[in-house]
Amino acid sequence: MHGTHGAGPFGRGLAWITALYLVLPILIVLPVALTDQRFLSLPQDGISFQHFRTVLTSPEWLGSIWQSFTIALASTVLSVVAGTLCAIGCWRISRRATDLVRLLMLLPLIIPSIIYAIGLYRYFGPLDLLDRFLGVVIAHGVTGIPYVVITVSTALAAFDPRLEQAARGMGASLSQTLRWVILPRIMPGIVSGAIFAFIHSWDELVMVLFIASRDVFTLPRRIWDGINENLDPAMAAVAVLLIVFTLLLLLVDMALRRRAQ
Amino acid sequence: MNASGRASLGWWLLLLPAVALVLFFYVAPIVQVLTISFTEPEPGLGNYERLLTSEGVQRVIFTTLRICLLTTFFALLLGYAIAYAITLASPRARSWWILAVLVPLWISVLVRAFAWVTLLRRQGLVNNTLMQAGVISEPLPLVWNEFGILVGMVHYMVPFAVLPMLASMREIEPRLLAAARGLGASRGQVFRQVFLPLSMPGVIAAGVLVFIFSLGFYITPAILGGGRTLMVAEWIALQILDLIRWGLGTMMATMLVVAIMVTLLVFSRVVDLRRMFGSGGG
Repeated sequence: MHGTHGAGPFGRGLAWITALYLVLPILIVLPVALTDQRFLSLPQDGISFQHFRTVLTSPEWLGSIWQSFTIALASTVLSVVAGTLCAIGCWRISRRATDLVRLLMLLPLIIPSIIYAIGLYRYFGPLDLLDRFLGVVIAHGVTGIPYVVITVSTALAAFDPRLEQAARGMGASLSQTLRWVILPRIMPGIVSGAIFAFIHSWDELVMVLFIASRDVFTLPRRIWDGINENLDPAMAAVAVLLIVFTLLLLLVDMALRRRAQ
Repeated sequence: MNASGRASLGWWLLLLPAVALVLFFYVAPIVQVLTISFTEPEPGLGNYERLLTSEGVQRVIFTTLRICLLTTFFALLLGYAIAYAITLASPRARSWWILAVLVPLWISVLVRAFAWVTLLRRQGLVNNTLMQAGVISEPLPLVWNEFGILVGMVHYMVPFAVLPMLASMREIEPRLLAAARGLGASRGQVFRQVFLPLSMPGVIAAGVLVFIFSLGFYITPAILGGGRTLMVAEWIALQILDLIRWGLGTMMATMLVVAIMVTLLVFSRVVDLRRMFGSGGG
């Protein structure tokens, strides 16, 4: 489309300003994390890695990172299994009949997490799931299902249904068809969904604020406390580590998509 | 019939884990908690009466609506500029622009709020730089107020605004624009009379998406508002965690769900919901 019709100076300027507004504030945490001062500031007489050292040797931070990681892994498994099966079922059964199911699967994206969080706060009490690993895994796993349903459905849209019919016609059982015909073809979609579900759990704070308190203290929860109580450069170091980690996951996702194309 | 009947039952069974999980662990907790608004402290519509009588309740609602409308406006404006630039860019430049949109989308909302606090607080980088340059003599109140909330929320919402608009701009036939140019329209005329009207479905979808996401937003307003400017989500959390007023908190939660559903219903005639949310997850 370029060539025939360029953006005017106003449009171009606004686009540039917006891009800088989106990216620059995030980059600012890097110099702040490398500051040689003991308070939030830019480096004065040189850079220092002391704040990264503080974070990476602190049992509290490491404990929270580990907890967040295991919760994210477990809830991703839950989201991926339930979401993938559901997307395949919806795809194979007619669109009409599964409209309600699809709508149901979108709910966690539409309803604000604060609503779900207060619901769980009340619901998990009698089930003894408050402040439990399992409780957080369920909460994150269920709300991660939409991401998997969306990416797997997209992958399935490009899949030729005649392959599945041929496999069935030649006598393959449902589980054989799933395992040997459908799953290998939609693997990139599943992995993509898994990455999004993982990031969703890894970053999730609102639910955790309500359903976890002492025994389960995830990384976002510790960052939240840090922002509200003591703003120090160690927080910036954590932010940098998180950004690097997210970027790595996104790079994996992009590489997988490129290979799938 | 028998064999195919069994097969289709098998396909239906695939839906079971997800549907059961969502019903028992998503829908049930929410329905249960929202009914509290009719039962506590006493059965009836007492909590909903507060919508008409309590100034505090009304103030929270108006503050939320004001911030959400402003956020939607700015997110659409900035998002439109980016989506437009992406649509017109060469394939190589396009991937850089898209990266500038996608990277912030996936970076933790906490990290972004923290970055804004670092920049905007009283002794923050912006105020310090301006003071050292002699532009101002007193630090500007850039955060822990409505301005701070807006800056952070628009920053969060721009990527969500870009994706639906980009999808609809990509469907615009480039030859239409070329034809308009060929017929003697100026660049501004082509944009106003051809491109802008054709991109409107995307703008509306983006507006709905940003508005409903903003309504229930918790983390960014809580951090950048500093507890002084309360939006609905933070107010609900306050009622339930600190004041233990479940009835009032769940009443507001119900109103929030109703507001979101009504917005979606009204606009579902104009925009395709499934496509809208499909674009968010990639």
